[in-house]
Amino acid sequence: MLQVTNAVVRYGSITALHGISFNVEAGEIVTLLGANGAGKTTTLRMLSGLHAPTEGSIVFEGNDVTLTKAHQFTGLGISHVPEGRRIFPQMTVEENLEMGAFGRRGPIAEDMEKMYETFPILKDRRKQMGGNLSGGEQQMLAIARALMGRPRLLLLDEPSMGLAPMIAETIFRIIGEIRDSGTTVFLVEQNAAQALRLADRGYVMENGRIVFGDTAANLLIDERVRAVYLGEEV
Amino acid sequence: MSRWWRRPSVVRLASSVSVMAAVELVTGPPGSNAAPMAGVSGSFAEKVSFFGLFASPRWSVFLVYALVLYGVWSLWLHRGRQIRNAASVVLARPRNIAQRGTIRWSAAVVLVVVAALLPHFVSDPFWQTAMVEQIAVYVLLALGLNVVVGFAGLLDLGFVAFYAVGAYATAWVTGALPLPPLFGVHLNPFFAIPIAIALAMLAGVLLGTPTLRLRGDYLAIVTLGFGEIIFLFANNLNGITGGSAGTGQIPHFSIHLASIKYVWGLAPVPYYYLTLAFVVLFVIAFSLLEHSRIGRAWTAIREDEVAAESLGINPLKFKVMAFAIGAASAGFAGVVTAAQTNFVNPSVFTLYFSINILVLVIFGGMGSISGAVLGAIVIQTVSMYLIHTPPAGYQPQDLYIYLGALLIVMMIFRPSGLLPSKRRRREIGLAEAGEGHMDEVLTGDTP
Repeated sequence: MLQVTNAVVRYGSITALHGISFNVEAGEIVTLLGANGAGKTTTLRMLSGLHAPTEGSIVFEGNDVTLTKAHQFTGLGISHVPEGRRIFPQMTVEENLEMGAFGRRGPIAEDMEKMYETFPILKDRRKQMGGNLSGGEQQMLAIARALMGRPRLLLLDEPSMGLAPMIAETIFRIIGEIRDSGTTVFLVEQNAAQALRLADRGYVMENGRIVFGDTAANLLIDERVRAVYLGEEV
Repeated sequence: MSRWWRRPSVVRLASSVSVMAAVELVTGPPGSNAAPMAGVSGSFAEKVSFFGLFASPRWSVFLVYALVLYGVWSLWLHRGRQIRNAASVVLARPRNIAQRGTIRWSAAVVLVVVAALLPHFVSDPFWQTAMVEQIAVYVLLALGLNVVVGFAGLLDLGFVAFYAVGAYATAWVTGALPLPPLFGVHLNPFFAIPIAIALAMLAGVLLGTPTLRLRGDYLAIVTLGFGEIIFLFANNLNGITGGSAGTGQIPHFSIHLASIKYVWGLAPVPYYYLTLAFVVLFVIAFSLLEHSRIGRAWTAIREDEVAAESLGINPLKFKVMAFAIGAASAGFAGVVTAAQTNFVNPSVFTLYFSINILVLVIFGGMGSISGAVLGAIVIQTVSMYLIHTPPAGYQPQDLYIYLGALLIVMMIFRPSGLLPSKRRRREIGLAEAGEGHMDEVLTGDTP
């Protein structure tokens, strides 16, 4: 579904990604693990068109999207839930959801009903300002808003960041449901244990390189992963 | 087989030519009060003779207009559904929403009636002139800048440039500039209205496309520079704009049809009504825009540009649109000023002027159409009052001390303006608390 080949991203003279390659197949949850500054967020920014790679290529469903602009990605079927949620604070929950469908044509009422089913709390809050929601509710809204664009691939950047463990648990459960309903998920996460338990496959990043990738089950028992990301004595 | 002159296309063509012929007569060179028919009848024979048709450039130009009208008409008949669909996509209310801040039509009608009756209660010629030159024109400018600053959240410090483009476009098409008008045809200022608005919008697009990639303070500096460039052009291009001496002899608006002859003369009241009509038009148009898909996209960009982009909104496109649409009302304000005073004076188009308009918008309440109108009326009335009835010891340069004091008091007690939009007031509240990504204009942050 998505193939990234030897992608290099530079910020000025600093190289953030040194030629990374990975792929995501339809129906999977693929997670990208790594420490702060490893290049996870840069990878997602690259995938959503916010920062074009200087070398390498990105191919989505057979189309080269390497130089596609950020605002064109929703039309292709890729939605990005950015780091820090970035909901519109002075729009109501309902208006935020409507904005999610901005880039596509067609009816939105049924999509909105579906979101309210998946996230009942949003239905209760639908007339409230996005800025007045709690962190967990904002994260749900950000995910729901991205799903309003009917993506086939959903990019999630640190969905559990700053959330209480119980709320994070709920978010992860919902991400699983999203995959089960047919949307492929690419998940960037610091909470490696939870991400790997949910994901089908995973890649590990260090210093702007993908150092290895494997099935999630194998990564969970991999010694290097256990030592560095799961914080266990080996 | 129907007869050829009954065929729809022939009827359309004939109607188009008749309409434009009527418009030509209406906007033609005026007769005099003694001989109101002079403009038409004096040269009527020559005008309708076959050779006269080509000898008179005015008629050829209007023939071209007639063909354009015919083309648009035919296009509308054949492609009308597609055009209407495209327009409804653009102007549709965001789907399925309980509308916030509904337009209070009844209140608006009352205000328009009051505004229409107002000249009958103002007998002082100073105030009659001020109502047009200093208040109505500034209302138009504030309305336009409100689209840019209030709706789209872009700080434009060179807004006067669009006003200048409108004024010089009027001088140009009416033949008052050293630069000869297109085809050598001197048009009535009524025809300057669409041309000036189109040129101002074009200026908005030309300025916006390269600069709107910048944000916050950077954008403000570039627009400031653009305003200065236009000022310097106006002031120094002697062969085109008439240079620092300005340009005179711009004709008044006039209607001239057979026995009806009406010239907007030196009296300000007819200009007041003309401007009022356009203020109403712009208020309606901008209100519809605010609650349309475009308005929602502006809100999204203002609140969080990255998020807006990730949802499929092209920020550059909508920002350029805001610049062009805001420029439209400024361009029209330029037409009114040029035609009413018969004169374009480049020394007006300074940075101070742009800041003055920005003050009107901030004072009234950013993002609120009624706020922009009220802000312009209040501030301009206060400054006119100070000029008309100066307090003891008042010097002309003291004006800005008074206005400054008014602004400071305002910012202490009502920081979001006289009549802020609800959404905007909350955003400003958040920005004060140091939260949220929005409102680069106020906080100077560039997220």
